[in-house]
Amino acid sequence: MDELLNALLRALAFGTPLLLASLGAVINERAGVVNLGVEGMMALGALAGFAVAYGDGSPGSGSIALGIVAAMAAGGLAALLHAFITITLRANQFVSGLSLTLLGLGVAGLLGKKYEGFPLFGQPNQWPFTIGAIVLALLLAFWLTSTRAGLTLRSVGENPAAADVLGLNVNLIRYGAVAFGGALAGLAGAYLSLVYRPSWTDGMTAGLGWIAVALVIFVGWNPLRAIFGSVFFGLLYYLQFRLQGKTFIPTEFFAAMPYLLVIVVLAFAGLRGQQGAAPEALGRPYTRGER
Amino acid sequence: MIRFVPIADPPRGRVIWVTLAALVFALVVAGLIFLAAGTNPFEAYSAMLQGTVSDWSGWSEVLRRGTPLLLIGIGLTLAFRAQFFNIGAEGQLLLGAIAAGGIALFTPLPPLVMLPAMFVGGALAGGLWALIAAFLKTRLRVNEILTTLMLNYVATYLLIYLINGPWKGKNVRGFIYSDDFPDFAQLPTLPGTQVGWPTLLLGVLLAVGLQWFLGRSTGGYELRVAGENPEAARYAGISVSSVLFKMAMVTGGAAGLAGVGEVAGIHHKLLEPSQISSGYGFTAVIVAWLARGNPLLCLITAPLMGIILAGGDVLKINLNLPFRITDVFSGVILMSLIASEIFVKNRVKWGK
Amino acid sequence: MTSAHTATAPPVLELRAVTKRFPGVIANDKVSLHLNAGEVLALLGENGAGKSTVISVMYGLYRPDEGETLVDGRAVTIGSPAQALKLGIGLVPQHPMLVARHSVAENLALGGGSAFFPGRSVAGRIRELSEKYGLGVDPGARVSQLSPGEKQRVEILRSLLRGVRVLILDEPTSVLTPQEVGGLFQVMNELRKDGRSLVFISHKLGEVLEITDRVTVLRKGKVTGNAPTRGATRETLAEMMVGRSVSFERKRQTPDLKAAPVRLAAHDLQALSSRGLPALRGVNLELRAGEIVGVAGVAGNGQSELVEVLAGLHDLQGGQITLDGVALGRNARTIFESGVAHIPEDRIHMGTVPSMSVAENLALRDYAKPPLSRGGVRDLGALDSHARQMVNTFDISTPGVGTASRLLSGGNIQKIILARELGDLSGQGGAKVILAVHPTYGLDIGATEQVHRTLMDAAGRGACVLLVSEDLDELLALSDSIAVMYHGELLGPYDAATATREGIGLIMAGGAASTDGTPHGAGPGDLSVQAGPDEPNHTRGLKA
Repeated sequence: MDELLNALLRALAFGTPLLLASLGAVINERAGVVNLGVEGMMALGALAGFAVAYGDGSPGSGSIALGIVAAMAAGGLAALLHAFITITLRANQFVSGLSLTLLGLGVAGLLGKKYEGFPLFGQPNQWPFTIGAIVLALLLAFWLTSTRAGLTLRSVGENPAAADVLGLNVNLIRYGAVAFGGALAGLAGAYLSLVYRPSWTDGMTAGLGWIAVALVIFVGWNPLRAIFGSVFFGLLYYLQFRLQGKTFIPTEFFAAMPYLLVIVVLAFAGLRGQQGAAPEALGRPYTRGER
Repeated sequence: MIRFVPIADPPRGRVIWVTLAALVFALVVAGLIFLAAGTNPFEAYSAMLQGTVSDWSGWSEVLRRGTPLLLIGIGLTLAFRAQFFNIGAEGQLLLGAIAAGGIALFTPLPPLVMLPAMFVGGALAGGLWALIAAFLKTRLRVNEILTTLMLNYVATYLLIYLINGPWKGKNVRGFIYSDDFPDFAQLPTLPGTQVGWPTLLLGVLLAVGLQWFLGRSTGGYELRVAGENPEAARYAGISVSSVLFKMAMVTGGAAGLAGVGEVAGIHHKLLEPSQISSGYGFTAVIVAWLARGNPLLCLITAPLMGIILAGGDVLKINLNLPFRITDVFSGVILMSLIASEIFVKNRVKWGK
Repeated sequence: MTSAHTATAPPVLELRAVTKRFPGVIANDKVSLHLNAGEVLALLGENGAGKSTVISVMYGLYRPDEGETLVDGRAVTIGSPAQALKLGIGLVPQHPMLVARHSVAENLALGGGSAFFPGRSVAGRIRELSEKYGLGVDPGARVSQLSPGEKQRVEILRSLLRGVRVLILDEPTSVLTPQEVGGLFQVMNELRKDGRSLVFISHKLGEVLEITDRVTVLRKGKVTGNAPTRGATRETLAEMMVGRSVSFERKRQTPDLKAAPVRLAAHDLQALSSRGLPALRGVNLELRAGEIVGVAGVAGNGQSELVEVLAGLHDLQGGQITLDGVALGRNARTIFESGVAHIPEDRIHMGTVPSMSVAENLALRDYAKPPLSRGGVRDLGALDSHARQMVNTFDISTPGVGTASRLLSGGNIQKIILARELGDLSGQGGAKVILAVHPTYGLDIGATEQVHRTLMDAAGRGACVLLVSEDLDELLALSDSIAVMYHGELLGPYDAATATREGIGLIMAGGAASTDGTPHGAGPGDLSVQAGPDEPNHTRGLKA
């Protein structure tokens, strides 16, 4: 029983950054914009969060709260770059997101070099983040289905032309959704560098961003289901550490497991025709058709 | 407000100058990032140039880095023509390396056929790795960007498992790599360099061959139709999935060849994935993008990105910058290139 | 019953000398028109006459380059649809602008509605208005489940919810059966009684004569006529619209087909739609050499599936197809090679590869065969000379054979397809069967004429033509017999020389299908079915 409870708690700890990042991605995808830059935005958020929380290393020179704000700002700003390129300049959303991941990982690695190997003191408690993420999922689910703003966002992702004709600013709404997605990815990064492993290491996001992107498809763009999806992947991470070296199965298999699972999950989503749940205008820039 | 007025048929000159402007812009932005990291960008760029294009040893580094980029980039031009965003060349390269390593270490092939067998095996392994994603895309409509990317991670752990487990060298003690390949499984190099000339030659031949294929063969025509308009392909009786399968074998196979070249030409053993390929798969996306789907143009764009990668090596050593420096370049250049696309196809108007 | 306005009141909406230019074209050239309270104004014109631009200006989608817009006699600037709605001007677009996944209420709450539960907040109003005007719209229904006619009524409701006084209907009848058109006209009458003003866009003369009070005619961007509907005739309106007198006679002399051999025969065809529902339920078909068979029907009744099945692009669940007595293959390429040409519905997305050159598009069928290629190697010289020849023969106007086809006009793109499908590259006498789907949709008169002539010439050479069209006039003018697709069954065929629009329309609406699914009349028969008691009594104007 204890073992089971422990597994669940660890799954929640592993799953929190996944939930945060995938909730953000759900929002920008529901508005019609894919952002594959989650991994990069998480890295930037992790570094920004750590740098501000760490200060110059002396006690009191940094602030956890400000670190969290900085992380969300970093993620949000990076996302705005993606928004500018894909919404205003109408470039391919997939390639832009990919380059944002490269850029985010690169810049974080370059600027973060001086922070490597220093631990953060005064590590915050995990639970406000975990509970906050779950509450946020509930709020977003309600917001999307039952408020005017949520309806507007969904309409923009389904049929931007219809929203545009009614005087709604499609591109502005999409900018907002992308920035929100980036801020949450940044927050997920801060969770890693402040809570989960209070330090900065290059590559500490370790592919979590990509899993968050896949999770969005897995949960059918639904914030509520994102809770269960992220706990499920959290459980996998837990098993990876728990079973490491204790079975005949090699460690590397467990390490590769989340990635294999993403493929399996996507294949299953495909088998069930779940891509049909994708917002209609997902991935397509909107231009007002003049003739 | 900024407005874009479409140009029906953008002249080639416009394509070239916009692309060049995008490259320069990217280098300026990367310079600003250096500045933020506390490195003088002028110092960095001059170090890069000195370490690459100023002498033969620099050029040989450019060639060494450019050869895998060439092979992968050529394959990717084909993939992009077929609207298959293969982000998994990294993994396909590793599979090629694994296959080559397996053949070199564990098959009793006679010396004469050993290297050809390694190339064939590597190409097959890389191709099959890409085929997984192509299959999932055509049969289950699974986005190939995510699958090819995930397969990168899987290939990484597969290689680590092998060299840390069953294929771990007998005499390497604590290190994780395989035994050295036998002499006859090592590629001859251009004198004074680490460039395996057979790999380079394969790249050049492949560039010429695939350019011909796209323009002059019925298979190339089918690939272009299937990529540009799958509905029209269906209408003409062209099987889009079979086109994609063949294309996957070529794009993955080319990456596999690059993997064979790396382990047989430079390392002569299997070792950690990050040492075999430092992000060639991603950098090659830029090679293919710059070449605008023309395999032959990769002969120019691959060395260009080779300068960036080799220059990145120089920065790591001379200015003690982290290896992520190449990601910064790749990210900024790719982003700048795709952002510039709209300026190729549109005139910019201000106001109204 | 005439319009309720008095002579002193200014028009509800007026355009004065509005000009709108696009690169290379003047879409509207000093267009002036006005709309009085409580009247239905027809805006009549051919494709490309500038009707869409006029309504886009009225609805704030385009800003005019010159000219004035007045509402109730006051000059206004309508910068956006949202502003137009505020001024009381609503639009029912030709293709509904709805979110398919959302409910009717959610769609209508968009851009309005309360901050929380916006859908629920408008549902009551929707029911109320729906009842008042007899629209029969359920606010809880998913839009994806609605028929085209229902979607149109949702769009009407959207404007009514905003309390518009001016309602613009953009080709509202193009997606409706004749019977649904009757329903729409009843709604329009109710709105007119309420004192609202309507703009009715159409190129169908009969409808204009039936429902409108006044007609403004556009030709090539200019207003060429403005007259009360009362007293106008088809001929006078058509002359204003086209600029010359137009005959409404049949273009075609039906040849004697009794002795002609059967070319294409289909028996008991069964197929599923892409959504897995039955799309073809036992279709039987016989086309003789030299025959043109028209297929009428409201979109979505199985026409697309029928053509795609015959062309090998859609899976067949059951049934047989033979060409000249031999079973037809099931592969798109072998079917073409055995002599079945296909002019697809979507000429941009299926018929051509827009980014490829004219020459490469002309080769889409025969690229792998001599002389265009040998042993998998393409002969670019042969490609070019073949293309030049086709460009000459079919009078394709293009800067060169290397030009990307997307740079050509719709008419010339259609000519590329005709040339490729009927051009007889292999010299075996050309296509034996021609499947033509909406072959003149969106084309100007000249291009339409050429398409019609090409199809009739092909029939003259012994090919048989299956002509699917939503334009009944086109079917009546070209076909020897007309069959109707209804709910996956092919009813008829009926003799085109004696068929009437009304009779065909009734069958399109399901008026002739018997319960066991077999059509009335097994062979070409007389079709003098008169519109029965269902005929709605909205025939004002016609009897004037």
